[in-house]
Amino acid sequence: MFEGVPLTWFLITGTIMFFVGIYGFLVRKNLITMLMSIELILNSVNINFVAFNKILYPGHLEGMFFTIFIIAVAAAEASVAIAIIINIYRRLVNIDVEKMNEMKY
Amino acid sequence: MLIMRHELLLVAIAVILLIVEIFLPNERKRLIIIPSLLLMAGVTIIGFLPGTTGELFGGMYRNTQLTILLKNILNIGVLIIFVQSVDWLKKDENKEKISEFYILMLSTLIGMNYMISSGDFLMFYLGLELATIPIAALAAWERYKEKSAEAGVKLIFTSALSSGILLYGLSMIYGTTGTLYFTDVAPLINGAPLQVLAFIFFFAGMAFKISLVPFHLWTADVYEGAPVNVTSFLSVISKAAAVFIFTIILYTVFAKIAVLWSQVLYVITILTITLGNLFALRQQNLKRFLAFSSIAQAGFILLGIIGQSQIGMTTVIYFALVYIFSNLAAFGVVGIIANRTGKENIDDYDGLYRTNPNLSLVMMLALFSLAGIPPLAGFFGKFFLFAAAAKQGYYILVLIALINTIVSLYYYLLVIKAMLLNNSDRPIAHFKSDGFTRLGLLMCVFGIVVVGFISAIYEMVLNLSFGLF
Repeated sequence: MFEGVPLTWFLITGTIMFFVGIYGFLVRKNLITMLMSIELILNSVNINFVAFNKILYPGHLEGMFFTIFIIAVAAAEASVAIAIIINIYRRLVNIDVEKMNEMKY
Repeated sequence: MLIMRHELLLVAIAVILLIVEIFLPNERKRLIIIPSLLLMAGVTIIGFLPGTTGELFGGMYRNTQLTILLKNILNIGVLIIFVQSVDWLKKDENKEKISEFYILMLSTLIGMNYMISSGDFLMFYLGLELATIPIAALAAWERYKEKSAEAGVKLIFTSALSSGILLYGLSMIYGTTGTLYFTDVAPLINGAPLQVLAFIFFFAGMAFKISLVPFHLWTADVYEGAPVNVTSFLSVISKAAAVFIFTIILYTVFAKIAVLWSQVLYVITILTITLGNLFALRQQNLKRFLAFSSIAQAGFILLGIIGQSQIGMTTVIYFALVYIFSNLAAFGVVGIIANRTGKENIDDYDGLYRTNPNLSLVMMLALFSLAGIPPLAGFFGKFFLFAAAAKQGYYILVLIALINTIVSLYYYLLVIKAMLLNNSDRPIAHFKSDGFTRLGLLMCVFGIVVVGFISAIYEMVLNLSFGLF
């Protein structure tokens, strides 16, 4: 399906996604959106791994395996993060990072 | 089986505790404390028995004498934390969650063990995540406190972001070398621009975990908000494990671009030590104070890494061992006082020597060891680190570190002055700490004094560090 698409295109997509994720993480105030930004970062890594594996090293499967593990771990991470966010919501009745300023300096 | 005994034993205890927990009614959960302490002590002792070394899973997992030593050091640290946390776990608000505390700590420790023995970036990543995700749950332990929830959120988000950055670096390493095994990657690292970029991403990700300076902002907040025993775990065990694997990867995988990473480390070391110390100067809360002092101590550890030799690895391990004992003693005292009185500020410690002389003596020993006063172990730890860096010709770096040691002595002495010299109208009232806390503090004091005096420990670490090269 992707025969003939050069590796560079995949890498450019991955890089754009990575920095969109970083930007979103730094700029957005809502915790859930920040979590989505992190997922974006992890998925850009997945694109990189799969593209490298498929195009540069087609004989091996290490990149694919790594992708599967990243997806699984990201799910675990998101579940813990969401549990903590729910707890934050119960305490503060919102999930705005700017409100989480009880501790500074 | 025998090769993975550390991990398997820990998994076994975690499973046993999970099963026992199901059958215990809520009001009798406290019964689980003593068995879990005994089990952990048993695992720690079994870990010291001579074991087999080797590789498993086609080289993804490898156990050498060096990794066995590192795992034993972490086991001792966790055992001390378990002993110290009994008093806190017995409080009414925690009585339903006691076994969860042990299980989460143990799963973190299992992750660290896998991380330390990884021979492959995939295993390294899995271990790293297993070592960080449960810790976030532990930091958000006190559900009814805003501070604790805030600490949990800050920890999970920064660690998730740092893993993302680290993974991006790993994907580039995979792209340039086509493999993930440390032994296969190492000869293919040749300093190509993409690999340099990959290394920078990898370094940034790890620097978040070790809380080096441009990436340290989460540290103080998380340390302040989390319960004291979790904080001591974070600042000692997590940091030591991350430093160990970071050193191993730098020395084995990135050995060929050592010229590059030593320059990066040079700058980061100066920044970390200086800023950590300067921020520690203005802290009032003892947990934040210890957080910034631990950032500065991480900077000192980098001095050993920059030493780039077998001696470098040895000094890092030795300093980490000393640091575990000293910091756990300090956190133990802070923990018991916070538990009994709820006070965490330096001002509250005014006149502590008059009411609680033993606790303030332990605190004094711990802070002297952290500052590096000669007869205690902390002095030898710092001395060897400086020697390792000086041997490579980093004289200016060592000079800056020495100046910073003097600065750190000032703020450690501030706390000691508050305890010993200051008078207070309302000092912390005298209280009798329970046997477990005393045992934990005694173990720490024993470590602080003995590790410094018995040179055989240093020699042993030095001999085992051969395995790396």
